[in-house]
Amino acid sequence: MEQAAPDPERLWQPAPLEPLSHPDAGLESMVGEETKGARDEGPGDGTMTENNFSLKKIEISVSEAEKRTGRNAMNMQETYTAYLIETRSVEHNDGQSVLTDSLWRRYSEFELLRNYLLVYYPHIVVPPLPEKRAEFVWHKLSADNMDPDFVERRRIGLENFLLRVASHPILCRDKIFYLFLTQEGNWKETVNETGFQLKADSRLKALNATFRVKNPDKRFIELKHYSDELQSVISHLLRVRARVADRLYGVYKVHGNYGRVFSEWSAIEKEMGDGLQSAGHHMDVYASSIDDILEDEEHYADQLKEYLFYAEALRAVCRKHELMQYDLEMAAQDLASKKQQCEELATGTVRTFSLKGMTTKLFGQETPEQREARIKMLEEQIKEGEQQLKSKNLEGREFVRNAWADIERFKEQKNHDLKEALISYAVMQISMCKKVGFGFSEGTSIFRSAGKFL
Amino acid sequence: MGKLGEAGLAATAGPARTLGMEGECRASQARSWGLPAGGAGGDSPGGDAPLPGSISSSSLLQAEVLDLDEDEDDLEVFSKDASLMDMNSFSPLMPTSPLSMINQVKFEDEPDLKDLFITVDEPESHVTTIETFITYRIITKTSRGEFDSSEFEVRRRYQDFLWLKEKLEEAHPTLIIPPLPEKFIVKGMVERFNDDFIETRRKALHKFLNRIADHPTLTFNEDFKIFLTAQASEFSSHKKQGPGLLSRMGQSVRAVALSMRGVKSRPEEFMEMNNFIEIFSQKINLIDKISQRIYKEEREYLDEMKEYGPIHILWSASEEDLADTLKSVASCIDKCCKATEKRMSGFSEALLPVVHEYALYSEMLMLTEEIGKLEDKVECANNALKADWERWKQNMQNDIKSAFTNMAEENILYYEQCLATWESFLTSQTDLHLEEASEDKL
Repeated sequence: MEQAAPDPERLWQPAPLEPLSHPDAGLESMVGEETKGARDEGPGDGTMTENNFSLKKIEISVSEAEKRTGRNAMNMQETYTAYLIETRSVEHNDGQSVLTDSLWRRYSEFELLRNYLLVYYPHIVVPPLPEKRAEFVWHKLSADNMDPDFVERRRIGLENFLLRVASHPILCRDKIFYLFLTQEGNWKETVNETGFQLKADSRLKALNATFRVKNPDKRFIELKHYSDELQSVISHLLRVRARVADRLYGVYKVHGNYGRVFSEWSAIEKEMGDGLQSAGHHMDVYASSIDDILEDEEHYADQLKEYLFYAEALRAVCRKHELMQYDLEMAAQDLASKKQQCEELATGTVRTFSLKGMTTKLFGQETPEQREARIKMLEEQIKEGEQQLKSKNLEGREFVRNAWADIERFKEQKNHDLKEALISYAVMQISMCKKVGFGFSEGTSIFRSAGKFL
Repeated sequence: MGKLGEAGLAATAGPARTLGMEGECRASQARSWGLPAGGAGGDSPGGDAPLPGSISSSSLLQAEVLDLDEDEDDLEVFSKDASLMDMNSFSPLMPTSPLSMINQVKFEDEPDLKDLFITVDEPESHVTTIETFITYRIITKTSRGEFDSSEFEVRRRYQDFLWLKEKLEEAHPTLIIPPLPEKFIVKGMVERFNDDFIETRRKALHKFLNRIADHPTLTFNEDFKIFLTAQASEFSSHKKQGPGLLSRMGQSVRAVALSMRGVKSRPEEFMEMNNFIEIFSQKINLIDKISQRIYKEEREYLDEMKEYGPIHILWSASEEDLADTLKSVASCIDKCCKATEKRMSGFSEALLPVVHEYALYSEMLMLTEEIGKLEDKVECANNALKADWERWKQNMQNDIKSAFTNMAEENILYYEQCLATWESFLTSQTDLHLEEASEDKL
């Protein structure tokens, strides 16, 4: 499979699925149909990659969130939130955008999409979804999934997810992704029909491979360590940040109490009265300013959280490699043992213990014909085994090559994004210092002789 | 004489020796400017000026100066103190702009006008078979004639301060005596003598003595002088004398002076005073609680922040491209932590003790309102008290203004420092970015 750079001239068409192992025949036909359909609609070309030379661009936004009630699989009433996804194509010349698709999806459908992508693109670091449940909350934040602030932040996170997928050179061409954006009804069935759940590697198998693999690529070992460290340090950072936010909130809010007291006190004071009033008012403003400050910080936290979850995506790629490598090692081992068996049978020497050999000793030798048959069978198996090993080897090397290319892409993206996030944190602090410092100056200017912020 | 420029309800001035109540009466009669010589009663020019500290006309001033001719002799001897008086009270000739009020505050600290300097330091633990207690070293430096020497060093314990306070209350029942820090431990403390408690107490005791020293009348109190100068044995024998009888009477006179019942002459002013005390007491106690709470919250905020920076350093260890940026962020956070610490220490030095002291003052003022009446002593007591009350109020306003101004300034400084830290981080990142961009072009 090729990791071609996004072809600027390429039409936005549902690309034929190119999963690593077995192309699904059933789906391809559907692909063909849809392709035709897409073509009929006109060349809606355009990925979201940065170096976009295409004639048209696609804009994706998750513009609204709505509370809904419905019945779940067990026919029980449930409340959930639905998100409106709008897709627009942008005319290159005048920058006008035209709404091409709009539909509603809920979080579980996003999860389904992502799980599908994980199975079919195991060599890609698949963008993560925003958190399922609110974590790293501090006392003012709600842990309730229906809380409007949480829903709002989730809406942004889901939009971000779609943009990430759309701007990925490979993922953007996926048919199911395209349908996710365009086909409201029946999409779930379509995804399930790919049978991707069956193709998914069992967790047990993956765990087993992790422990038993002998020679994984060193780079993947390092990557796994890195992703563990990244996850651990970002978690820690988010936890402490939440505690800091909590404390800061307390400090600001307690200051608010001054406001009322100063105000009441100013009633009995004559020449100090004005000053007290002014200071009291300022205290109120100060106390209420923390809400906006911390809301902004929450967005910063979300940026870090995305990379916390990306760490898991990195680990998934590593696990796939380990699995493939383990598979390869097992196949090689199996082949080697068969070769040896064959050799022993041919030369008559028994070097290794085998049950057959024991029974032969106990119950008498087998006939030469029997032996010949066995040798023949083994030779066939060996031939098959060698073929398999060869293709597994090839697959493994391809995987490593492709995965590593995406990992490099990911690293660049991560460095860029995190640096931006840290800078935006500094910008937030600066704006807060200016605003609050100015407030103190204003509020107590009647007491003070010189204002530095004024 | 010209220096005695007080009008309206000025505080008592001059050297009121510890003459007992009657002497006090006479002295205050002579000294209460703003009241015609010969007694309290009748209208005072203060009646025209509705509020303490408001500007009175200069013609009024002239009249008062003339009234006091008969006391010229007394006053000349203590002219130095009169000038001290000047600075302590609010002169109506000065404009009532906030700026000048701040300057007023500064005057009190001018070294060449003070002649008595007291410090309280070096708490030391003493263990005997009966008890354990703490003494504080008190150093007094003075140029006053009535002191035998120019420098004294003594050790006193909390009990001794209590004794002094009681003596002052006895001797000057109509004056507002500064409060002492709490006798018992504030709830929540585990050890009787933990360091914070001792330090807070030491600062409050220091303030207590300095308040007395700055008070125009109390500063010349004999017991005060003995407290500051007497060595251990002399002091303990002096303590043993002294009538306890007068103290109760002193208390009730003072109570009456503060209560509005039985006051014939100026009910409005005293009602106003009472009203003020009630509301002030409520508010200052709230402010005291709020301030303590803020300090506690800031303490906890700082503790969390101290953990925040190092995590970025930890992270930088697993990164390549991001390492520098992360380290810079960590350093910025640490700098902000230091700025926070500085701000907090300013808060605890300047604001907390002041607010707490006034909370204690207000408790004292509130309590004395409620006790009985003694009619014939009321008149002269009122004047002394009223003058002292005005002086106290003026000081209170200055101190509070000063404390909150200071807090605002600490905050402004803090935000300025943080701003500078983050801005320089931003600049460094942008510079780096430009550098990298130009490198790419090569």
